[in-house]
Amino acid sequence: MAKESTFSNMTLTLLVITLLSSAVLGFVYELTKEPIRKAQEAKINTAISNVLPEFDNQPSAEATEVQYDGGTLVFYNATKGGEKVGTAVKTFSNNGFGGLIELMVGFNADGTIHGIDVVSHKETPGLGDKMETSKSGFSVQFQGVNPEDFKIRVKKDGGDVDAITASTISSRAYCDAVQRAYNALKEGGK
Amino acid sequence: MSQLSNFTKGFLRENPVFVLLLGMCPTLGTTTSAINGMGMGLATTFVLAMSNVVISLIAGLIPAKVRIPSFIVVIAAFVTVIDLAMAGFLPALHSQLGLFIPLIVVNCIVLGRAEAFASKNGVLPSLIDGLGMGLGFTFALTLLGATRELLGSGAIFGFKFISGDGILVFVLAPGAFFALGFLILIMNKLAKKQS
Repeated sequence: MAKESTFSNMTLTLLVITLLSSAVLGFVYELTKEPIRKAQEAKINTAISNVLPEFDNQPSAEATEVQYDGGTLVFYNATKGGEKVGTAVKTFSNNGFGGLIELMVGFNADGTIHGIDVVSHKETPGLGDKMETSKSGFSVQFQGVNPEDFKIRVKKDGGDVDAITASTISSRAYCDAVQRAYNALKEGGK
Repeated sequence: MSQLSNFTKGFLRENPVFVLLLGMCPTLGTTTSAINGMGMGLATTFVLAMSNVVISLIAGLIPAKVRIPSFIVVIAAFVTVIDLAMAGFLPALHSQLGLFIPLIVVNCIVLGRAEAFASKNGVLPSLIDGLGMGLGFTFALTLLGATRELLGSGAIFGFKFISGDGILVFVLAPGAFFALGFLILIMNKLAKKQS
């Protein structure tokens, strides 16, 4: 059974245990650093190719970060044969039901939306997570529209977007993020 | 106690969720779908088994007064390991479970088993106890997740077989309490019949 506690043996025990634990953690961190970075990069790359027309450059290699509206938007320019085909914008909204929502919005060179993909969100499974492209057709209604003459607001707020059933807050946040991407794109002119 | 009953006690007789009612936070929070419940359960199983083994090894060397802090450090180390490993190799599940993985540290089951079992028993019984308890926890979480997913969105493990939306309240927080309550009721009924 446990030993008697003295100041020195208590200090020594804790020191040894924390030292060993940190050694193990350092090792595991080194081991997983590369896979974690790759997984994140792969996620971004898939999102970019999902939302843009065909391209032949490496958009993620030439990303531009822009401070906008109290957050960071990332622009990825896509070209094909040297010709600009579109821009993917990683955008965000803090108004989701579960907080932060990150979207990848792909714009064609003429400013119309080509496609939208969800990068990360914490919305309710079965309700707000229908914003994911794989779970419902919610994002399809944005394809090919020009935010200039398509009001990116849910119909309840006087816009043109059909909200997800029982997820008006998530739908609003989604629109908020898309609008933010468009505004930044227009102002940045990138 | 034979090793077999040591292993199986976690499933029904001493099931952490249905009988001991421990670890309610991840139980209610992560079981919105069967796969989430299962992922959470398996991550907890890993931490339980590993921390039980290590703690049963070092328990004799630790002075009584720093027992709990020492256990917590060991548990926290394993939780961070599984957190990093999931972020690297299962990014989709990791982003779904999010905050609940680091919270395994404060799961009462893990510290409870360390204190009540591993610190007083040998390595092998502790490993078996950790695995049994962890799998019992996984079983409970998967069952709860499947129930909520079935009632809430008409699917199990993401395979949809009832069209439409289902009873939405079951995927939201209150549904977790309803489903858990009824599952405990059924478990108690079954247990009574047996004895």
